[in-house]
Amino acid sequence: MTNHELTEFFPVDPGHLQRLHARLEQDAQDSDLLDLAYRTVDSAVGTLLLAATPRGLVRVAFANEGHDNVLLTLSQRISPRMLEAPSRLDSVARQLDEYFTGRRHSFDVALDWSLSQGFRRTVLEHLNTDISYGATASYAALAQLSGSPRAVRAVGTACATNPIPIVVPCHRVIRSDGTVGAYRGGPVAKRVLLDLERQQ
Amino acid sequence: MKTDQLVKPPFEALVAQHGATVLRVVRAVVGHTDADDAWSNTFLSALKAYPQLPADANIEAWLVTIAHRKAIDITRSASRRAVPVADPPDSPAGDRADRHDFDLDAAVGALPPKQRQAVAYHYLAGLPYSEIAVILDSSVAAARRAAADGIATLRRTYPRLDTPRKSQ
Repeated sequence: MTNHELTEFFPVDPGHLQRLHARLEQDAQDSDLLDLAYRTVDSAVGTLLLAATPRGLVRVAFANEGHDNVLLTLSQRISPRMLEAPSRLDSVARQLDEYFTGRRHSFDVALDWSLSQGFRRTVLEHLNTDISYGATASYAALAQLSGSPRAVRAVGTACATNPIPIVVPCHRVIRSDGTVGAYRGGPVAKRVLLDLERQQ
Repeated sequence: MKTDQLVKPPFEALVAQHGATVLRVVRAVVGHTDADDAWSNTFLSALKAYPQLPADANIEAWLVTIAHRKAIDITRSASRRAVPVADPPDSPAGDRADRHDFDLDAAVGALPPKQRQAVAYHYLAGLPYSEIAVILDSSVAAARRAAADGIATLRRTYPRLDTPRKSQ
């Protein structure tokens, strides 16, 4: 008798496991044990990973970042108490869908800034409130807005490491010569977002 | 990542990897009717304790240990309830989606608890007897004997175990 043989006599239906998973998501949420909920959504810039703490949206990740790596990093930096639990992200997913179809120009979601500290966070908060849909700004202008006009390079780093891209619109920050510059989701994704906003 | 072997995976990975095994184990230990509750209690407890688990721990042994305790809780509270009905006539069909064999349930359910546990932890979870001994608070030899006796009884009470099966 091998392990495998007895296991065959205990078949497990995948649908049954899914129902148990859904119950675990709910129980974890009700017991305040769901430190991180995540899901993926399809978009015009590829599959996006969305992750939220009870405080709000904490991470949006592009496919080129490697979603498994992103989840591992979140597990280390925030908490390993993490489940694929779509319901906490329903509103964000809906708003992203509206954004990509041109029907939404600003996001109304709670944000958890805990992955951004100090000056980087200041930069991203200014970016989030001061540069509106369809507009662009140079790194130098954002440095000015953030109160440190000479910190252009640091502003570039803050944008490049933005943990909540698209929703916090670092794609609207471009180089002074008009070229799009670097982007966490790659320059093509940045171009797609800028074109989308310009068409509306 | 430089500390690869010490990175604690997201809890979701544990559910994906071990969810089916834990369900088989609790079905064998507490029976189908209470298995879903045992599974849910096990993973909720594990989620709570997970941040404190050492990164190099044997995850499966840890989950089975929790399942063992939850199964004991459920069995105790079930024995405090009224005399159980063998198969409640109003069981919702949705809870019984898995094809399971009532003869096997009866045969496994008739084993003494220690034998049933040892069989489940070794033959369904694949744990070595050294781990099972810790869970059952017994010697390694006693754990091995309990599993051997349990399987021997099952071969007698559920003869299909001995018949080679073609994949379905």
